[in-house]
Amino acid sequence: MYTLKFDENVCRTCPTGDCLVKCQYLHLDKETAVAEMVKIGQGADSFVLNDCVTCYACEEYCRRGNHPFYLITERRQEKGILTAPRAITRQWINIGEPQGKYRLGEVKERVLSFGFMPEFLGWIKGRLFEDVMPSYIFGQEFFCNVVYIHFADTAVIKERLPQVVDNFRKLGVKEVIFLHDECYGAFTQLAPAFGIDVPFQSIHYYEYLYHRLQELKDLIRPLNIRVAYQRPCSSRLSSDQHHFFADIMDLIGVDLVAREYQDENALCCGGILSMNYGYDLAHDVQKRNIDDMTAHGAQFCVFNCPACQSTLGPLVAKQGIKPIHMIHLCRKAIGEM
Amino acid sequence: MKYADMVHRCFRCGYCKFTSDYTDFNCPAYRKFRFETYSPGGRMWLIRGWLNGDIKNSERFQEILFSCATCANCVEHCVFTFSDDLVNIFIAAREELVADGLIPPPVRDYLKNIHVNGNPYKAPAAERGKWAEGTSMEAYAGQEYLFYVGCVGSYDERAVKIARAVGTLLVKAGLSIGILGEKETCDGNEVRALGEAGLFEQLAAQNIQAFRDLGVKKVITLDPHAFNAFKNDYPGLGGEFEVYHYTQVLAPLIQGGKVPLKECSLKVTYHDPCYLGRHNTEYQAPRSILKAIPGLELAEMERNGENAFCCGGGGGNFFTDILGGGEESPARLRVREALDTGAEIIAVACPQCAKMLEDAVKSEEMDDRLKVMDIAEIVNGCVI
Amino acid sequence: MTDITQALAGIVGEAYVSNHPEEAYFYARDPGLMPPHAPDYVVVPKVVEEIQEIVSLANREKIPVVPMGAGLALTGLVIPLKGGIVIDMKRMTRILKVNETGRHAIVEGGTSQGLLKSYLEKHHPRLRHSIPDSPATATIAANVMIHGQGRLTQQYGFNSDMITGLEVVLASGQVSRIGSCALSPDWFSKGAPLPDLTGLFLGWFGATGIITKIGVKLYPKKKLRDVEIFLTDRADLVPDMIYELTHTEMVEDINVFAQPKPMIFKDNHHITLFFTGDTDEELEFKRKTIWHSLDRFIRNKDGGFMGVPPVMKPTLLDMPQRSVSRFADVTKGGGFEYSGPIIMVDKYPACAQKILELAEKYDLGYSGMARIIGRSHAMMYGFAFTFNRADPDMMERTRKALHEVSVFALEAGGIFWKATVDEQRMAMEKMDPVTLGLMKMIKEQMDPNGIMNPGNWEVTEV
Repeated sequence: MYTLKFDENVCRTCPTGDCLVKCQYLHLDKETAVAEMVKIGQGADSFVLNDCVTCYACEEYCRRGNHPFYLITERRQEKGILTAPRAITRQWINIGEPQGKYRLGEVKERVLSFGFMPEFLGWIKGRLFEDVMPSYIFGQEFFCNVVYIHFADTAVIKERLPQVVDNFRKLGVKEVIFLHDECYGAFTQLAPAFGIDVPFQSIHYYEYLYHRLQELKDLIRPLNIRVAYQRPCSSRLSSDQHHFFADIMDLIGVDLVAREYQDENALCCGGILSMNYGYDLAHDVQKRNIDDMTAHGAQFCVFNCPACQSTLGPLVAKQGIKPIHMIHLCRKAIGEM
Repeated sequence: MKYADMVHRCFRCGYCKFTSDYTDFNCPAYRKFRFETYSPGGRMWLIRGWLNGDIKNSERFQEILFSCATCANCVEHCVFTFSDDLVNIFIAAREELVADGLIPPPVRDYLKNIHVNGNPYKAPAAERGKWAEGTSMEAYAGQEYLFYVGCVGSYDERAVKIARAVGTLLVKAGLSIGILGEKETCDGNEVRALGEAGLFEQLAAQNIQAFRDLGVKKVITLDPHAFNAFKNDYPGLGGEFEVYHYTQVLAPLIQGGKVPLKECSLKVTYHDPCYLGRHNTEYQAPRSILKAIPGLELAEMERNGENAFCCGGGGGNFFTDILGGGEESPARLRVREALDTGAEIIAVACPQCAKMLEDAVKSEEMDDRLKVMDIAEIVNGCVI
Repeated sequence: MTDITQALAGIVGEAYVSNHPEEAYFYARDPGLMPPHAPDYVVVPKVVEEIQEIVSLANREKIPVVPMGAGLALTGLVIPLKGGIVIDMKRMTRILKVNETGRHAIVEGGTSQGLLKSYLEKHHPRLRHSIPDSPATATIAANVMIHGQGRLTQQYGFNSDMITGLEVVLASGQVSRIGSCALSPDWFSKGAPLPDLTGLFLGWFGATGIITKIGVKLYPKKKLRDVEIFLTDRADLVPDMIYELTHTEMVEDINVFAQPKPMIFKDNHHITLFFTGDTDEELEFKRKTIWHSLDRFIRNKDGGFMGVPPVMKPTLLDMPQRSVSRFADVTKGGGFEYSGPIIMVDKYPACAQKILELAEKYDLGYSGMARIIGRSHAMMYGFAFTFNRADPDMMERTRKALHEVSVFALEAGGIFWKATVDEQRMAMEKMDPVTLGLMKMIKEQMDPNGIMNPGNWEVTEV
């Protein structure tokens, strides 16, 4: 069985306790943060295991690469501390089960991964993708399964992820451009943390878009709009890619409003929070998030993740802020939408 | 029978009979006969009963099968995954009956006339181009478009006027078009719909060869039925041409100012032909032409677009008249619906619809209140 | 042409009478599993006077008459068990009146659910009626005659509780008006404060009379409507959850379903909740109240609200739900049938367990669906099995499974809904003999020649 490469001493000697000090849901001081992480590392009980809302952010806050969130998830599973109602977890595990219904485009060494997000089947078109499409993969067989860390279930990830890697291997792909950063995080962060070998190079679609837009620079007409960015939880697994968002906004003439809940301070869309914890937490987070967008004059809310968009999109729209996915925004910038 | 493995899958839930918002029953045969047997579900169950030997081919069974107007309302509204094949299933059953030679006499006569004369009117081929006499229509000789008129447009007195209206309008708009005249032969759409697959293939092969020989690349049709055959059935038989219904060509010409239009204060409702609308999803081109006429008010009937109610002429019924007659005939129901809009004109884009609805207007004694005009005729009246 | 055919043609016109084998074949069957039996004649009348004449003729000649709406009950209720005349009601579709302020509509006996829905949407957008999930062709009168349920059933009970009067053709051919319309031009009450005579016709499947007009209660139609789905893996907790939800008085309809396919539904029970509001605030207040009513189950991890994908919402909010019909073709076989006993909500776990057992025993695709009636006063639990019409063995297995459901439901204290002839017999065997005697007396008085949908509710001995 794959085990997490976790070093208790890294936590013990941590000078900041950022993983939990910066947490927007627990609000701990440094001493408590370090002490609790050490306890968790030792397998002892900690209130953190009960109170963590699974936003992934501590994976980014920890600058020492010690994977606090994966550890919390492991311990929760060991202790049977459920994050989600059993039925919700069960539903999601069922949804992700491979059923032989995957779809392949004309797969080449370089391929676009739609993961298990059907939206991309209709969204990915136009000049931005013309040098890759129709080389794509879609379906449970290529689903990274990382979402199960929201449900404190690394066992299913450890069971399925190697098979997914193997499915990629069988296709002989060398370079995979991931359109969902949970997938990107799976192969660049989670897999190495658990010692799972990945036989291809992973590219985040933000990086791909950035370079592609540079190639198509002549087509770009600055959009001159003010946007807020709804950064997804899964983006915390690939924080090294986060800068591409601002870079792309610069490139396409978009004003990214300087609001409170952005970058490290980003708030969850509320989708997982509502399923796992009910109405109040999710709606409090959503309200603060949208009020913040409104207060800073955002005209558009840009989404990275289609799931976040389906959760928060209708709510921002009610406040007069137009929801738009990053891909559509970029297509708009080159006059395709 | 083709699709025999599918007929048992009908649950006979009846969604096929309706419009999408359940405004009314929208299957023309069911609206006329009112027995469930004449609905798409009824046909599915009867075909199964017939294949299983539980019922026999009879005059009524033939009437049930051949009263389908192939209008595709059922295809549009059936909730099952096999919905796309519903009309195909009914045609497949007709093919079996045709092969056995047990078909209603008007169907037999229609097919015989096509076979012998190349048209259903028993008219000589030499007269096929007569409709164009006295117009600026020229014989096809490498022009950009072939204007294909079809049997109805060539021979039917009312439809001839429409053919002339369309032809002259296209010429006036500066389009390079030519006609086949006496060299034209039946497109076969109704032959196929009536279940004579062999004859259809023969006609298609003949047309395809003729088009090729003349170097035709682009075809404009007068009739949505021909449009459907050329667009959807000919490619599978090797006939790859660019095919347009005339409204699809006229609409951009009008938008581009090639046909200057004057103020025409008219209230018009538009009747979607099934073979232009549901079969080929062209709902906008005809409407955009009408909307481009200054002063023209377009009043939609309650059932329009993909919910349009068929005139009852499709699927060969224009010729066999199985659906015609009586106060509940689809065409008469349709003109009553048109009258409800307050329009003074029913605009059509199909010569078969034109004739069906015009006859219905007469039967309903609405002549003084409602006029049936092809879109081209309306436009011609409004050209500066 | 026979004398009877000629006589019928004289009443409705030749075009609307058939004694052809084609109609005999079709009208001998419904989409369910009951054996066929052919009618001798099928007629499609247009007005009540024609029905009066048809019934008078039938009574005189002692020929059975069976009224038929869309024929979608699935339990053979419109199969003419003893032949005779099937009266297809679907030419009688006029919506005679909508009283906006009195919130009721008067419609003819063949008016479909879909037609009334469409009419109200266009002409009375602030009104709605309780729409069942049977296909849109289902008629309002037939649905009421079988005590159907619809989208407002959690709020207002059976659809038959939501009527304001009836016009009925009796076996004698006379027309009777039931409710306030018996003595008033207004159709506002089905009985009260008079003796409520609607019970003489509702639940009798046409064995006592033919409904030719019906007054239907209409309800406020709010501008906004939404749906939430609460998931649980604990069938035993469903009755408690329903109790909390019905306590909110904020849900228009509650359906609980459990089925193995597609995978998103496997292993769980889904409490589907429909609610409405005129403003975003009203809708959100209701949502919040509904969610909070189940907080304790969420805290205990016994259940949670799933994120309903935007693509799924239109399917769920569709009225009637077309997707219900699609269940028939899960096996690419065009068939499903269900037994849907009306039973106490606390029997949900037992029902859920039973359907699993039967699906496994008979190797059938299934869907268990409960619709809550009133404020947890009862539920209809649908034991639905899908079958392939081209597979006789699967059809037989489905029949056996449904028979076991009948036995189980009766033992569990349930009552058959739209009972098959076999279920009617089982029910009458178990029924209080005095009640059964009363039924016999009513039937004999109302239909002395036994011509009204004979074979149904026939009390042979008391």
